[in-house]
Amino acid sequence: MELDLPHIWAAIIAFAVLMYVILDGFDLGVGMLFVVEPEKHDRDLMMNSVAPVWDGNETWLVMGGGGLFAVFPLAYATVLPALYMPLTIMLLALVFRGVAFEYRWRTKRGQFLWNWGFGGGSFVAAFTQGIALGALVQGISITERAYSGGWWDWLTPFSILTGVAVVFGYTLLGATWLIYKTEGPLQERMQSRARILAVITLGFIGIVSAVTPFLDPVYAQRWFAWPTAAFSAIVPVLLAAAAWKLYTGLRDKHDVTPFLASLALFILSFIGIGISFYPHIVPPSLTIAEAAAPHSSLVFTLVGAVVLVPLILAYTAYSYWVFRGKMDPDEGYH
Amino acid sequence: MLDGVSAELLARFQFAFTVSFHIVFPAFSIGLANYLAVLNALWLKTGDQTYLTLFEYWKKIFAVAFGMGVVSGIVMSYQFGTNWSVFSDKTGPILGPLMAYEVLSAFFLEAGFLGIMLFGRKRVGDKLHMFATAVVAVGTLMSATWILSVNSWMQTPAGYSINEAGQFVPEDWWAIVFNPSFPYRLVHMVLAAFLTTALVVGAVGAWHLLRDRSHKPARVMFSMAMWMAALVTPVQIFAGDLHGLNTLEHQPVKVMAMEGHFDSYPEGAPLILFGIPNEAEKRIDFAIEIPKLSSLILKHDLNAPLAGLDTVDDRDEPPVAIVFWSFRIMIALGFAMLGLGIWSLWARWRNVLYRDSWLHMAAVAMGPTGFVAVLAGWVTTEVGRQPFTVYGLLRTSESLAPIAAPAVATSLIAFIIVYFFVFGAGVFYILRMMSKPPGGGGKELSKGPLRSAGTTPAAQIAEQEGVGHGA
Ligand code: HDD
Ligand code: HEM
Ligand code: HEM
Repeated sequence: MELDLPHIWAAIIAFAVLMYVILDGFDLGVGMLFVVEPEKHDRDLMMNSVAPVWDGNETWLVMGGGGLFAVFPLAYATVLPALYMPLTIMLLALVFRGVAFEYRWRTKRGQFLWNWGFGGGSFVAAFTQGIALGALVQGISITERAYSGGWWDWLTPFSILTGVAVVFGYTLLGATWLIYKTEGPLQERMQSRARILAVITLGFIGIVSAVTPFLDPVYAQRWFAWPTAAFSAIVPVLLAAAAWKLYTGLRDKHDVTPFLASLALFILSFIGIGISFYPHIVPPSLTIAEAAAPHSSLVFTLVGAVVLVPLILAYTAYSYWVFRGKMDPDEGYH
Repeated sequence: MLDGVSAELLARFQFAFTVSFHIVFPAFSIGLANYLAVLNALWLKTGDQTYLTLFEYWKKIFAVAFGMGVVSGIVMSYQFGTNWSVFSDKTGPILGPLMAYEVLSAFFLEAGFLGIMLFGRKRVGDKLHMFATAVVAVGTLMSATWILSVNSWMQTPAGYSINEAGQFVPEDWWAIVFNPSFPYRLVHMVLAAFLTTALVVGAVGAWHLLRDRSHKPARVMFSMAMWMAALVTPVQIFAGDLHGLNTLEHQPVKVMAMEGHFDSYPEGAPLILFGIPNEAEKRIDFAIEIPKLSSLILKHDLNAPLAGLDTVDDRDEPPVAIVFWSFRIMIALGFAMLGLGIWSLWARWRNVLYRDSWLHMAAVAMGPTGFVAVLAGWVTTEVGRQPFTVYGLLRTSESLAPIAAPAVATSLIAFIIVYFFVFGAGVFYILRMMSKPPGGGGKELSKGPLRSAGTTPAAQIAEQEGVGHGA
């Protein structure tokens, strides 16, 4: 049997992007919650809860981009120019946020700067990622292997909507992560924030899902026509189950359940987007098969991915394990 | 304001600007990661507290430099697509997999173990911590290996064919990865990173020796760094020479520009030491030259003929002046480093290594020169490859993304402002950390950020007075 390499690769890239969204999602969320916590002590704890893992989380973004370049070069070469502005702003925001982890400890007088760099950078990165998602869902015009739209096409009411949705969603992830990592008054505040954020996030998931099928007849068909309708009906059901778990987890003051339930919300929404996209990689112009690199590139890279991705997952898990449990306020990190 | 400035020029400037910032940090962190692994191993082996003190000292500096390297690198991996999309579409099938391997085998490795290396000694114990430290060092080297393979393929493409869509497609992966200039470039760059780091470590050691000659950690780091300078510089010069010979074979036009050979020399070419390239008139003004030496160096024969830029179509020539100057800057600094290394050996032999203030001052002055040489070397390499992105096959002007000039200009300005601000601050913090002696000269260096960042009392008081930081 001949393996369908382009689709295997589409799945791997989708997996990398999903890993990025949930992992950097919670640490960007922590960054946004950071600015609204007034106490320096709490802020230190919040930042330290992600300091050992943020670099690894962000590497999934590099893998998403680098992987696209490797196995779907045409998608890389058309999506990136189309999203030129939001991506550039996102990269600059990530610069501020990334350096803040170290800089913030290196100065007292300038600390406020890096507090804002951390929080503001996290916010702008989350917002622009949401915008990029919205712009992609709305579609990108391609002629003769090149992006053929303008440099402001990405800015639409829908992309703003998805931008705001992602900001709230990430903040929910951040709040539930902090419920898991902290104790006492900080944890209680996060529990009450998480309740509000959960309601808002679910609201946005509802609005975005309601609007998407009307953006493109193909999306509508995917969702409402037989036989895919049966399959795509499962997603909303599971979504409701995850929402219920989140609700009970928060009500019963569980440590870990709310975080896991929020992750599930993200994973399911992501699958939902995948159902809309398939078989395109850049809707509406490019299918997975059209954008794929030559067979030899796919094979060569797959050999590495098959060996290395499980290894990466293993040592990433190990590193989370090393830094597991509640934050110890007295532990001098660094 | 933008009239006449093309999107191409802006995109080129943007790429050169961002990658030049990026390379400065890896050059330092490749060297430092390996130095830290050595320090940690020495501490575990000998139990000498000095090594641990040095490890903790350089670890904090490493963390800042590494963070800057990561964020500037993430920008790079997206720049190919945003600004050079046609290039990405065409070379993606070949360069993409190499970069994907870099992510999978190097970036994840560094990132996965960095947390443990920086924060985890107490949690995982000495052995695993040593392992994590070594893995981070290996990761930096792997990352250099893959990215230099990518860059070298663009200089000396091999193992490909071209399909009907105009894409380069792989035929032989072994030939692609180990393309003709890759081994030379890898060796030369890794040595450059080690040298650059040694010069910085040496400068910091010398700086503290100038204040207090008996300071043990300062002595140890100065001595280690001077060994590196003395031993590695000759190897680096040798490697550079081989690299140049390899370039002569595969990219002769670049060598013509480096040497400033506008004319062909049928009976032995002179080595032009200095002069002012005059590109309009196609000659070197005020040239100081040694007859026949260039032929001797490049062909090992005084009378070997060498072709010049007069044999090359004007539209295939790189800008000569930039290449000519940047090459000379690198060479001059290389010999200055050799001089420092020899001087340190001499001082060691006379037993004045820790007392010779002139040597210490020279070492301080040489501190930043590694970075300058690295940048000069890259400018030679990259500008000398022009006007192609894939040498001889794909022109820079045909690699560009369909982005309007105002968009590129806006992002360029944003990059310039943000980079100078953010990385300027980072360099300032690093310099401030370096200005304090390891071990705090009797006072313990701040254990961790949870307490305070300042160390010397004066600085701390001054800072606390300005504490009114925004909550
Ligand atoms: C500490 C840094 C350093 C020092 C002291 C030197 N170099 Fe270098 N050089 C580099 C750092 C570097 C580099 C940054 O690593 C480059 C840029 C691209 C590359 O492969 O290495 C480079 C490129 C480069 C090239 C261009 C190769 C090409 O693109 O085709 C040549 C011919 C040399 N070097 C030769 C020399 C010689 C003869 C040196 C003797 C003094 C020397 N370098 C010292
Ligand atoms: C890291 C050290 C590097 C430095 C300092 C550097 C510097 C430069 C400079 C100055 C140019 C502009 C040449 C000109 O416009 O005349 C350039 C071009 C370019 N370089 Fe590099 N480079 C580096 C590494 C790399 C690497 C590792 C790659 C590939 C993986 C790369 C890919 C390119 C490309 C695609 C261009 C084309 C754009 C252009 O010509 O302006 N560079 N680089
Ligand atoms: C244009 C070419 C380049 C691109 C696209 C690029 C891309 C990147 C990216 C994405 C990262 C962050 C990795 C992470 O998330 O941990 C990074 C870091 C790094 N890069 Fe580059 N890079 C380039 C040139 C170079 C060169 C020429 C070298 C060395 C010879 C190099 C060595 C490193 C190293 C060692 C790191 C780890 C972080 C650090 O040391 O500061 N890179 N690079």
